[in-house]
Amino acid sequence: MTQNLDKLPIESFKRITIDSSHAEKISKPSMSFWQDAWLRIRKNKAAIVSMVILFLIIVMAFVGPFLSPHDADTQTITHANLPPKVQGFENLGFFDGVGTLGGKEVNLYEMKKVDTYYWFGTDGLGRDMFSRLWEGTQISLFIAFVAAAIDMVIGVIYGGVSAYYGGRVDDIMQRIVEILYGIPNLVVVILMILVMDPGIMAIIIAITLTGWIGMSRIVRGQVLKYKNQEFVLAARTLGASNNRIIGKHLLPNILAIIIINTMFTIPGAIFFEAFLSFIGLGLQPPAASLGTLINDGYKLMQFQPHILLFPSLVISLLMIAFNLLGDGLRDALDPKIKD
Amino acid sequence: MAKYIVKRVFYMFITLFLIATATFFLMKTLPGSPISSASKLTPNQLAVVEAKYGLDQPLPVQYGKYMLNLAQGDLGNSFQFKGASVTDLILNRLGPSFILGAQGLILGVSIGILLGMIAALRQNSVWDYGSTFIAILGISIPSFVFASFLQYWFAVKWGVLPVALWNDGWKSSILPSLALAMGPLATASRFIRTEMIEVLSSDYITLARSKGATGFEVAFKHAFRNALIPLVTVMGPLAAGLLTGSLVIEQIFAIPGIGEQFVKAIMVNDFSIIMGTTLFFSVFLVFVILLVDILYGVIDPRIRLSGGNS
Repeated sequence: MTQNLDKLPIESFKRITIDSSHAEKISKPSMSFWQDAWLRIRKNKAAIVSMVILFLIIVMAFVGPFLSPHDADTQTITHANLPPKVQGFENLGFFDGVGTLGGKEVNLYEMKKVDTYYWFGTDGLGRDMFSRLWEGTQISLFIAFVAAAIDMVIGVIYGGVSAYYGGRVDDIMQRIVEILYGIPNLVVVILMILVMDPGIMAIIIAITLTGWIGMSRIVRGQVLKYKNQEFVLAARTLGASNNRIIGKHLLPNILAIIIINTMFTIPGAIFFEAFLSFIGLGLQPPAASLGTLINDGYKLMQFQPHILLFPSLVISLLMIAFNLLGDGLRDALDPKIKD
Repeated sequence: MAKYIVKRVFYMFITLFLIATATFFLMKTLPGSPISSASKLTPNQLAVVEAKYGLDQPLPVQYGKYMLNLAQGDLGNSFQFKGASVTDLILNRLGPSFILGAQGLILGVSIGILLGMIAALRQNSVWDYGSTFIAILGISIPSFVFASFLQYWFAVKWGVLPVALWNDGWKSSILPSLALAMGPLATASRFIRTEMIEVLSSDYITLARSKGATGFEVAFKHAFRNALIPLVTVMGPLAAGLLTGSLVIEQIFAIPGIGEQFVKAIMVNDFSIIMGTTLFFSVFLVFVILLVDILYGVIDPRIRLSGGNS
């Protein structure tokens, strides 16, 4: 390159003078925090794919039960334990209604003279697994979202009050947290489930009873960090009330961390619901959640693996998607935070 | 440091006291008792049985007795197993649970460290994406789903390993240990990856490189040892995760461990086993967390110097 420099025509060079009046000019469009975050998360393929998967699963959780011609709770004993069969797949070697019976591969639909299609097969009582799966997903998602929301509200209020008012209030509130924090989550959840009547409410209460502590600790740390900074001091000097300082100045600053933390609470709640249902402490039949479906499927695993397969797939996809989306949000909303 | 430990131990005892108290009163409010559900007794017989287990006394007296016994390590007698001591029942079941937990933890953490290191040293390569993918799977897929599939493929379909039970020597422990190892594996690999990347960009690594240390030397002698220290902090959550996992895994593989006994006790309302195991779990977890915090201060002098009290 350098030896050819003298061959370059002189016209290709131009003198540039720096005009100091443009020093303050903003050349790029100014973006809000959320636009910036969106730009960053858009580049994260895993997060985008997760969003799409989550969207599809959530839509299916509501639409799914209506798509299938069969009701989730109708028991048709003559149609029990049928493998999956989908229209148009009859000759493809899967989803064709062929299952094993006594070690031999037979088309169970022909054998039992069933003239209809069960897309995901049926369970031991002849209930349509497709409808049951999506209804179960609905309940699992409901439990997870409600539990995460309650965790968030209690955690933010508790942590915020503790840090903002400081002093003796903070002392007392933190001593309580310190003791509660030592109690293993698992122990509390199981004890509460034992005492309450089994059901959705019991699971939500059990999960949230200690779930908010993590959030409150994070929020407290953040509020402590911000509350003595100059912009808060300035607002106070200008006569802003406590409510205004909290709502307008502190909350927007810690919102990102609240969102990130909530994104990780949701898969945790999904797991705990499934865990409780799996060891028989969760929802009671005939109600279906992903946990109870997996439990049912596990019992029939040896002969009817499809009953276990579909709920396992959905719960795994849900958990993976929430975790990846949480990772993506964390990178996008708070680039300073490390893993 | 001594003051810090004393403070922490004090809090540990308050926590345990609260758990014991809460467990006791919660159990008393439970619907149904093991006696009413077990058999049809005449009121007379019922009174005799209740007197035998001290259930006829007023609640504060029962509570006082319970706490006194507890202080001596006596968790009471089981209702279900003809009055066998709960302490003995738990101790008898400790072996398999301990073996599985230890194997799962060691296996998971060592593979996790390996994956994390590879990912950090070959950042943004296929290796990195591969190990990140495994880590995400490990964190996301519930252990009982993973265990069911291991059992289905390895035991039911291919028949290479025992399906369940604890009667085939070390072979019986392979599948449950694998299922338990997924969580620690994922946590360790994610953690080591971030730590290694941070350590690798620090000044003393640059210095070591400029002095002519080989890539291998830098990675293992300088970076790895420092990246390993903070791993101690995740041991608490890992222990809790293993415990949660053991409840379902032992159930799935029919392992005669504490977790399986606990789940069975819940089904038949055996209060004293539930209370005893809950307390045992609590003591274990609270103690592990305390140990981890103290250990962290001991092995990393930087924490101690800065007061380390967060």
